[in-house]
Amino acid sequence: MKAIEVRGVTKRFGSVVAVDDISFTVEPGSVTALLGGNGAGKTTTLSMLLGLLLPSSGDIALLGQDMIRHRYRVLPRVNFSSPYVDLPHRLTVRENLTVYGHLYGVPDLKGRMADLCRDLDLTDLLDRPAGKLSAGQKTRVSMARALLNQPELLLLDEPTASLDPDTADWLRGYFQDYRRRTGATLLLASHNMTEVERMCDQVLIMKTGRIVDRGTPAELFARYGRDTMEEVFLDIARDRRRPDGPSWGEP
Amino acid sequence: MILSIRRVAGLCLRHLYILRGSWLRLLEMAYWPLINVVMWGFTSQFLSNNSSWFAQAGGVLIAGALLWDVMFRGNLGVALSFLEEMWSRNLGYLSVSPLRPGEMVAAILVMSFIRTMIGVLPAALLAIPLYHFSLFSLGLPLLVFWTLLTMMGWATGLAVSAMVLRFGLGAESLAWVMIFAIGPLAGVYYPISVLPGWLQSVAWALPPAHVFEGMRAVMIQGVVRTDLMLSALALDLVYLTLGIGLFLYAWHGARVRGALLNVGE
Repeated sequence: MKAIEVRGVTKRFGSVVAVDDISFTVEPGSVTALLGGNGAGKTTTLSMLLGLLLPSSGDIALLGQDMIRHRYRVLPRVNFSSPYVDLPHRLTVRENLTVYGHLYGVPDLKGRMADLCRDLDLTDLLDRPAGKLSAGQKTRVSMARALLNQPELLLLDEPTASLDPDTADWLRGYFQDYRRRTGATLLLASHNMTEVERMCDQVLIMKTGRIVDRGTPAELFARYGRDTMEEVFLDIARDRRRPDGPSWGEP
Repeated sequence: MILSIRRVAGLCLRHLYILRGSWLRLLEMAYWPLINVVMWGFTSQFLSNNSSWFAQAGGVLIAGALLWDVMFRGNLGVALSFLEEMWSRNLGYLSVSPLRPGEMVAAILVMSFIRTMIGVLPAALLAIPLYHFSLFSLGLPLLVFWTLLTMMGWATGLAVSAMVLRFGLGAESLAWVMIFAIGPLAGVYYPISVLPGWLQSVAWALPPAHVFEGMRAVMIQGVVRTDLMLSALALDLVYLTLGIGLFLYAWHGARVRGALLNVGE
């Protein structure tokens, strides 16, 4: 069973095709990146995977369950984090985590919260309102919320956006450790090339709603004759070079 | 659809935390009903000394004001509980949690009930020492009136929430506007018979017109009009079904348009 199975998914908003006939699979226990520029269709794809957005056509299965027809069977085993979604500002960290603990039916909620707060260094922030936290603290709280139900599949939208390099590096280490400990599958949409190189087993590169290339970071470096993911990304973004051939601009 | 009490309680807890942490919100809930009862209470006292009709049933205006607030607060309780999620940009996380739309509706209705109690009960209690009028003297019919008006408030609040989901936060003022459109036709302070003929037909299509006529029948004639209560209940069921249906339809529409992740103006 694949952790994620996407077949022929398209999303149209009127005459605009935001995601155009994409198909991919993600192996259980792996880390996959959706890489692409602004408007490439990454967030739209994540939203469809979660059932926040209904595809115009195609099929999506998470952890073996059809997400369009049986979404609520799989949601307790999945979680999501995004810098573009907030937690209620007036609620304290403890209150926020308690509410979501109830929504996910987390057993031994106090124990789980204590473990997460220790791991994510949140213990001193528990009684502080979420709205009064720094960006880094908010991200850690958002992570704690996303990990409350010990998700088998974790979807992350730009997980280290707006974080300083130190906090971002620490967070990447935490994700890798979480995957090692639990065998969870991670899918992240990111602009951060270092993050993708360091964490991911598979990279799906999106452009104008399509997956234009895919592979492990090493495969992509070899295919484009580049040393970094940033160079590969720029080649694709600027139509400078196509795999196994001359640059687009060359005769 | 299976409702999980735990998830419904979880979402209620989120709103109770907000209320517990904000005395200003609690004060606002009780403030308007208190102002209403003071204003209409003195008006009622003046009229009862100068009008034989009102002299028969002192307190009919106060009762009207209090029961109108039940419907108004019921509507506002639903709409504001939903708007809180949009204001805090929390809808995305709620939507990817196992919380089902039906459970969200259930939690919002529970919170509306709690908000209405917080808002209207102090005003009802204040009327006792101020005007020697106890709304509770209506007895069992009060429970029926309260329930029927709450149901209509819920239906309106759900319709407002659906509009906000469809049109964004630009439509939030409907939470206050929509219910007041019903006001003149509800017959809160006057019988439906004073309305022009064609407006009477419209008024009778609304549950509160039946409820307030029923209230006056109890207070002035001492008669419990079960016919009015039954027609109000039937209409309430229609409006509440429409309200829930509209909300769920708007929810589905938001999933088609991708509005659950990026809600705003």
